[in-house]
Amino acid sequence: MEKPFMLQLNNISVVYSDVIQVLKGVSLSVQEGAIVSLLGSNGAGKTTTLKAISGLLKPENGEVTDGTIEFRRSKIQNLSPEAITRMGIIQVLEGRQPFKYLTIEENLRVGTATRWGKPYKNDMELIYNYFPALKKRKKSLAGYCSGGELQMLVMGRALMAHPQLLLLDEPSLGLAPLIVREIFKIIKRINEEQKTTIVLVEQNANMALQIAHYGYVMENGKIVMEGSAADLKENPDVKEFYLGMAASGDKKSYENVKSYKRRKRWL
Amino acid sequence: MDFFLQLLINGISIGFLYGLAAMGFVMIFKSSSVLNFAHGEMLALGAYIFLTLVTWAELPVPVAFLVSLLGSFILGFVIERLFLRPLIGEPLIYVIMLTVGLAAMMKGFMLLVWGGNLYIYPDFLPAWLTLDLGNIVVPPVYITAIFTGLVFLVIFGLFFKYSSQGIYMRSVADNQPAAMSLGVHVRRVFALSWAIAALVASMSGIVLGVINGINVHDLSAVGLKVFPVVILGGLDSIGGAIIAALIIGLLETFTGGYISPSLRDVVPYIFLIFILMVRPYGLFGLVEIERV
Repeated sequence: MEKPFMLQLNNISVVYSDVIQVLKGVSLSVQEGAIVSLLGSNGAGKTTTLKAISGLLKPENGEVTDGTIEFRRSKIQNLSPEAITRMGIIQVLEGRQPFKYLTIEENLRVGTATRWGKPYKNDMELIYNYFPALKKRKKSLAGYCSGGELQMLVMGRALMAHPQLLLLDEPSLGLAPLIVREIFKIIKRINEEQKTTIVLVEQNANMALQIAHYGYVMENGKIVMEGSAADLKENPDVKEFYLGMAASGDKKSYENVKSYKRRKRWL
Repeated sequence: MDFFLQLLINGISIGFLYGLAAMGFVMIFKSSSVLNFAHGEMLALGAYIFLTLVTWAELPVPVAFLVSLLGSFILGFVIERLFLRPLIGEPLIYVIMLTVGLAAMMKGFMLLVWGGNLYIYPDFLPAWLTLDLGNIVVPPVYITAIFTGLVFLVIFGLFFKYSSQGIYMRSVADNQPAAMSLGVHVRRVFALSWAIAALVASMSGIVLGVINGINVHDLSAVGLKVFPVVILGGLDSIGGAIIAALIIGLLETFTGGYISPSLRDVVPYIFLIFILMVRPYGLFGLVEIERV
């Protein structure tokens, strides 16, 4: 039997400042317990899609003008971020946004904002278990931590909120390949152990498709392709434009000048 | 020597009062980066509310005191709700100009209701609070000033360092989008910081009123005095504000006592300029953490 969809975007359009249309009819669905990856080049609308889900469009003067976003069958488009986070949807912003003047531990405590007054000590231990690097530095200011530590911090902070649905925006941005691999491993563990559903926005399509179950490719504010991660990995267009391989499957060689003739077929 | 000690004690207690006033100012700045030009007026209004409750409504002093603190707390909420909230998301300069307008409005309101005369509170502080050190006698109001200053400093220090609500407030000051993404109720944090600021402002307004009498112009001028204090202390440090307030308070009383009373209002600003040349973030301000 099909598992029910946890999150469904039906044909949504997003407009910033009443004039700039960024999303033009995006539909996607996320199954309970899955990792769904959203791929696409810069400016395709991936981050906007996440912000439409988490309600963070509003402070940026953006609005879902058309279509619906359903989370467990209730409509959540254009609700305030306070309301949406309390339903269990937490977004981890792009580019690691720590609270610089708070210690690691205090940063993690901010993650309890959606369930203020409830005990949080056990969760703290859980986070330190996932990210042992944080425990060593728990008393130091986040502003002085390294990029890898900060990425762990912002993910740990989001986990403190007990999210049902975690929206990760480019967790690999600007990190060393080894650390990227470690972070993706932890994302997979979180998905399996905490049963957290994850939507993952990535430039690093290769890593993303390794851990994702399903994937969408976005371009110019539209979904242009979707499929299971395995299918996407084998798709010649995805290989060429996102995985950096020639259609034959070898590493693409720039000596082969003719390759520029290949066009994206979905446009 | 006696004169020196007398000035020292006066300076410290005035300093604590400035510190209390500055604390509220820093609180608003910390959470929302707004410079509140209406702070002096909030302080004066607190003093007037207390005056009305004590003389006109004839409530017993402790009750009147608690009621006026509660009243200012609610007033802070109302001000935030009516005037500040519609401007969330607008450029900061609009918000700051709004507080200038708010100051004029509140001042006008107070002149309309209570007029520009000097009022004094009935004598309510008990005589046993007087500290008799032989040659110098410290009047009870100065003891009260020092005591309330210390108590509030400790309470707020603990609040911001350890309570969840305090940590949420700091997180909003630090990185608003990130705080929002974690579900921190940003508008509630703003409202709370205005309410707390109004509360401590009226607290210092009442004690200053006991020392100098209550007059719209004098009390709201203290709002201006808050600027050298907070800039000296570092705009975002509550502890810094208290220490800077002590420095400014002492400077004022010593200049007034030893040099000339007419210089006392100028010297803090001169000192401020020197400090800023050496430490542009103030004494305890956060140095911008830059990751390169």
